[in-house]
Amino acid sequence: MISTITIDGKTVPFTEEQTIMDAALAAGVYIPHLCHNPEFKPHGSCKLCVVEANGRNVTSCTMPASPGMVVVNDTPELNEDRKALVQMLFVEGNHICPACEATGNCQLQAAGYYLHMQSPHFMHFYPPRRVDASHPDIFLDLNRCILCELCVRASRDIDKKSVFGISSRGIDSHLVVNSESGRLGDTSMAVTDKAAHVCPTGAILIKRKGYTVPMGKRLFDQKTLPEFHLEQQKRVEPEDGPDGG
Amino acid sequence: MADEKRKIRIATCSLAGCFGCHTSMLDIDERLFDLLEMVEFDRTPFTDIKHCGPCDIGIVEGGVSNAENAHVLKEFRENCKVLVAIGSCAITGNVPALRNNIDLWDCFQEVYLYDPGTEGKQIPNDPELPLPFDKVYPIYEVVKVDYFLHGCPPPANAIWKFLTDLIQGRQPETGHELLRYD
Ligand code: SF4
Ligand code: SF4
Ligand code: FES
Repeated sequence: MISTITIDGKTVPFTEEQTIMDAALAAGVYIPHLCHNPEFKPHGSCKLCVVEANGRNVTSCTMPASPGMVVVNDTPELNEDRKALVQMLFVEGNHICPACEATGNCQLQAAGYYLHMQSPHFMHFYPPRRVDASHPDIFLDLNRCILCELCVRASRDIDKKSVFGISSRGIDSHLVVNSESGRLGDTSMAVTDKAAHVCPTGAILIKRKGYTVPMGKRLFDQKTLPEFHLEQQKRVEPEDGPDGG
Repeated sequence: MADEKRKIRIATCSLAGCFGCHTSMLDIDERLFDLLEMVEFDRTPFTDIKHCGPCDIGIVEGGVSNAENAHVLKEFRENCKVLVAIGSCAITGNVPALRNNIDLWDCFQEVYLYDPGTEGKQIPNDPELPLPFDKVYPIYEVVKVDYFLHGCPPPANAIWKFLTDLIQGRQPETGHELLRYD
């Protein structure tokens, strides 16, 4: 039996085991997100997807939908909170977009556009972060890592290599590489691995590919973040998905 | 004085920037003539006036990397009713801020002593040189900023749209097509 929830007044069907996010994306309703990717188990770290469900703030990517749930999503208040989260992600790393190969393809940047981020607002941390160019085909630039753990999940669950992990807590959290030297070049990671292609930002880059598509003709020059995310959902849905295809 | 035709007075400056934003301002090309119908310039690299007097709009390119930048920025804030940060350097520090997590002294040594191309091997210390700061700061971390116009540099069309909105008393729209961080 198909049950329903409402999101901003719209009736949205869901099946068992679907989260609010799953149901929303399947129905073409956009909830902003960065650490969620429908191909992977939800992680619930970026908090961009927080919605109000039955009066309580919850991360929609981890919260199972339940019959009759009333979800509030696209409000100025929630979007302001989301913008503040994106601003914090910007100042907590070193994001020099004009000098970043990922510019135009980056979901953090696109989230800033979508949420009308006019300035990073907070004081920049300018933290010292590591760049690892030891791998022949892949750059790892931790200045741009937002700790979404998509590479961790991809490497562990799909590539079965567990090349990445997160170490420490709170503001000290950082991405680590699982090799004795701590260098990517000393792991078995290959450029064809899933983990090499899931980073939403420019923290993991494929060498010698940076400017094959010129700036101005890149992903988010053509479409908005909601358009991209809704298409991404369609690619993973089975043909006879919960909404009948 | 009831001068209905009083022109909007604009000042501009480049702090720790590359003058790319100013070049992009000039890229509005023949619209510059239309602009000059509506505005007059105070301090700007275009007029070579050295200090900023009372203005309606101040446009600042570049971040704050030394004591002189800070003085100029304060002068702009004190004199301009509306202060605009133009370009990525003013808004985030951008490329000059790449030095922000490197010790300043290490940075100087690398550039002036160790780099194979340097002659004389001396760190400049003329008292006339402005004191460098430990970091390059976005201008909103130093003074209050009213508007942000992104881009490296913002395209001429975005500058034109933004300025005409502001001059004609509209809330400047920097919608999706005009909002770019690169
Ligand atoms: S990772 Fe994204 S937000 Fe960060 S510098 Fe690169 S393009 Fe900008
Ligand atoms: S490197 Fe990229 S994919 Fe991995 S945690 Fe950082 S931002 Fe996420
Ligand atoms: S998308 Fe849900 S917490 Fe990141």
